[in-house]
Amino acid sequence: MNAIILTIITFTPLIGTLRLLLINGNNEDKIKKSALINSIVTFFLSLHLFFNFDASSFEYQFVQNIPWIESFGINYHVGIDGISILLFLLTTFLTPICILASWSIKERIKEYMIALLFLEVGMLGVFISLDFFLFYVFWEVMLIPMYLLIGVWGGPRRIYAAMKFFIYTMAGSVLMLLAIIGLYYLNGKVTGEYTFDITKLSDLNIPLNIQFWMFLAFFFAFAIKVPMFPFHTWLPDAHVEAPTAGSVILAGVLLKMGTYGFLRFCLPMFPDACHQFVPIVSWLAIIGIIYGALVAMVQDDLKKLVAYSSVSHLGFVMLGMFAFNQQGIEGSLLQMINHGISTGALFLAVGMIYERRHTRLISEFGGITKKMPIFCGLFLVIALSSIGLPGLNGFVGEFLILLGVFKVNILYAVLAATGVILAACYMLWMFQRVMFNKLDNPENENLKDVSKREYAYLIPLIILVFWLGIYPKPFLNVLEPSVNHLIEQMNNKTKSVIKEDNKKEVISVNEDHFPEFPLVN
Amino acid sequence: MEIILPQIDLKSIAPILVLSIAAILVLLIGLIPNKASKSLYYYVSFLGIVAAAILTIKQFDNNSVSFNGAYIVDNFSIFFNVVILACSALVILLSESYIKQEDINFGEYYCLIMFATVGMMIMTAGGNLLMIFLGLEVLSISLYILAGFKRDNEKSVEAALKYFILGAFITGFLLFGIVLVYGATGSFDLQEIASILKADGSKILTDPMLLLGMIFLIFGFGFKVATVPFHSWVPDVYEGAPTPITAFFAAGPKAAGFAIFFRVFLVSFKELDLHWVKILWILAVLTMTVGNLIAIKQNSVKRMLAYSSIAHAGYIIVALVACNNMAMASVLFYVVAYGLMNIGAFSIIILLGRKGEENTELEDYAGLGFKHPLLAIVMTIFLLSMAGIPPLAGFVGKFYIFSSAMKSGFVVLAVIGVINSVISVYYYLRVTVFMYMKKPNRDFGQLCFSPYLILVLLLTLWGTFQLGLFPSNLINIAERSILILQ
Repeated sequence: MNAIILTIITFTPLIGTLRLLLINGNNEDKIKKSALINSIVTFFLSLHLFFNFDASSFEYQFVQNIPWIESFGINYHVGIDGISILLFLLTTFLTPICILASWSIKERIKEYMIALLFLEVGMLGVFISLDFFLFYVFWEVMLIPMYLLIGVWGGPRRIYAAMKFFIYTMAGSVLMLLAIIGLYYLNGKVTGEYTFDITKLSDLNIPLNIQFWMFLAFFFAFAIKVPMFPFHTWLPDAHVEAPTAGSVILAGVLLKMGTYGFLRFCLPMFPDACHQFVPIVSWLAIIGIIYGALVAMVQDDLKKLVAYSSVSHLGFVMLGMFAFNQQGIEGSLLQMINHGISTGALFLAVGMIYERRHTRLISEFGGITKKMPIFCGLFLVIALSSIGLPGLNGFVGEFLILLGVFKVNILYAVLAATGVILAACYMLWMFQRVMFNKLDNPENENLKDVSKREYAYLIPLIILVFWLGIYPKPFLNVLEPSVNHLIEQMNNKTKSVIKEDNKKEVISVNEDHFPEFPLVN
Repeated sequence: MEIILPQIDLKSIAPILVLSIAAILVLLIGLIPNKASKSLYYYVSFLGIVAAAILTIKQFDNNSVSFNGAYIVDNFSIFFNVVILACSALVILLSESYIKQEDINFGEYYCLIMFATVGMMIMTAGGNLLMIFLGLEVLSISLYILAGFKRDNEKSVEAALKYFILGAFITGFLLFGIVLVYGATGSFDLQEIASILKADGSKILTDPMLLLGMIFLIFGFGFKVATVPFHSWVPDVYEGAPTPITAFFAAGPKAAGFAIFFRVFLVSFKELDLHWVKILWILAVLTMTVGNLIAIKQNSVKRMLAYSSIAHAGYIIVALVACNNMAMASVLFYVVAYGLMNIGAFSIIILLGRKGEENTELEDYAGLGFKHPLLAIVMTIFLLSMAGIPPLAGFVGKFYIFSSAMKSGFVVLAVIGVINSVISVYYYLRVTVFMYMKKPNRDFGQLCFSPYLILVLLLTLWGTFQLGLFPSNLINIAERSILILQ
């Protein structure tokens, strides 16, 4: 069971899409329920992972490894460790919420649900792949349903946004593909084994100059996905045009794939290049934090505001990760989850307003509190969690990140901390303009408060907001061994490469630098 | 003077004999004044191709060289011949409804497809330059007529004339190239040329006559596989020709062209690779980039696919440049994958067409996604496969080719290649934009779902997924097929 559980969970949504195909397109109710049940089943199955996960180990668990394309050394190799399990769970958790949030979609609900479930397969696949080829397959497969979600069910400029999203992401990832192929040959030359296995390639010591180029190729792929500062322009377009569920998935999971990629591949495989790139990445991250916050401040469109706040938040994630210490990386991982929850919830809340008023412009609102008091309360919690109020989830992540960064570079930490202040500015100012003031727009007179269905998807998120804020230990426990192992791996490699450079060996693999590292198969 | 008769081995040429007999039979059937005979064309030609394919497959691993080295039956040629025969079979399946609808149901149509196939088979099996030229001419002349088969249609006639004039012109170059190579080496035989170049050392390798001959050969072959700058015929011919023939153009002749490209350059001119690798490097970059950039601006799906076929030729040339074992196998793989997805895409185009109106403008596809969801999804799959999105055949093909380029150290070329493949995503997706994201502006009417067309669609769809998800079998066969060239 444990060997195939990951495969089962990952492909459960695929079964859901097949079931949906058999349902008549007019039977909207049945379609929605079928999709919802499928995604909830997926979520409960994934909880099995969480409860049976051995949190004391950094090893990949629930591993399955079967040959796929033997002549290329490609395997169907999946497994999960402390770094990926939370992201995996986040994905299965957010999908039913997204389906619930899509209840009001009228047009082509069947195709919509199929796209959403198919998207889930791709996302889950990315987090469990331990083979580069498999990883790349899932990484690209996921683009198509997202492209359709934005392009078919999106706003007025949806075609432009969908195309931009697809091409940006693809442009980055093809270079990564070449770097992967390069790694494959390098590993083949050094060890004699031609394989795309990530666990084996992570053990390879790569010469500095090659590391540099490969890092750059991976950097483009992931930086576009994150998105880091100069590559972020696709994000506001995609977010604004996407339907609510699309935005939630995009912010909650898709962006994390970039940061996950950095953590999973760049750090352990190219540690020296990572160290060289620290100033560049950090400065880009800081620019992202401040620039994203400043731009968010002047937005009149609520969704754009949240989109730019994402740029800012992910700047934190990147900055923390490139501190290369335990606090930084743990904080950055936790912040990925937090951002998924908080920003996902923000998009849901914006979606709720939009459903009622069919506008997202802040200037159209004002005084909503009087009509929707409960909604206001929930929105406030979400907004504060996004700002990073102590006691709520955002604080833990940001605090850990700033702590980690402070140890390495005080200037970075100080500049990044201004982002927290700016976040308070744009969030609270927005909150004030939407919720308080006078109720002067007559169209806002008849707003209804939170419905049962909306409770159903907001409450789980709010619970997590508090849980992660007050008692993040269970989550941190899961991460810790893997993060420690990652740091150890990086440090060992950096030393061994320097040692070998002195010996003037161009390529060499240090097999015994970490003898207790258990190869999975 | 004693005349030695060449040893004639009918067994080795049995497939092309069977095919030629079937082709002549089709012509003879045309003499029967009965209307019912018209459906016979179809069965006879299809059976002829299947018989030829079975005979060819039987020769696998059972190689022979006959006619004094002029006709080589090795796994390499067998692989290509099976691919070519499969393409022809699929095209014949596609044609049935189309040529009835367009009132061009003549025996000559099938006959010419079969003769073109014979020509291609001779090309791939040709062991000397004259044989290759012979096969090429049989192919070309059949294609000139096929391109103009819709006699009443201006575009079709224009296509045929354009193709004929340019083709005849380039044939001159090709023949001149062959003559120059003969002048420099004294032989037409591919194997012999190789050994002369090897034995003679450096002197002959710098012989301008040989180099010019080689360059002319590149012109000739480059024209056949549609590389830039010899591509100008492609869009017009693809647009004007009857759509099944366009599918045929994109799959069969292209495969055959690459087969001879490979055989001639890897067998005969192996010693000259310093020269031709440089030329082909430039050719590959030009072909990919120009093809993809112009495709962006096309509003007709047929023309778009024409330019995309140019771009795909560029990818295959990347493998030719890389010129290692993996690259050779990757070409065989790519040719199959490309043939499948192209024939699939063209069969959708055929499905959407009606008499007199081909409906190949992008506008005509608006709203298809929700009017005929299955058709649109299948079309999307073929387009995504061409764009190189996993887990489809096209992706594995590109992955294979670019891996081989990386293996030989052509990193820059591989980077240019993948960037091109990103550019191509734009125009493939544009079709899906129209299908899914725009409102229909016309009535699709009653589509004519011929069972044969459906069969083709299912086969190509299955192949696209099979090669994308489980490519191992074909990779193994491709690797076995190129052993002979190493």
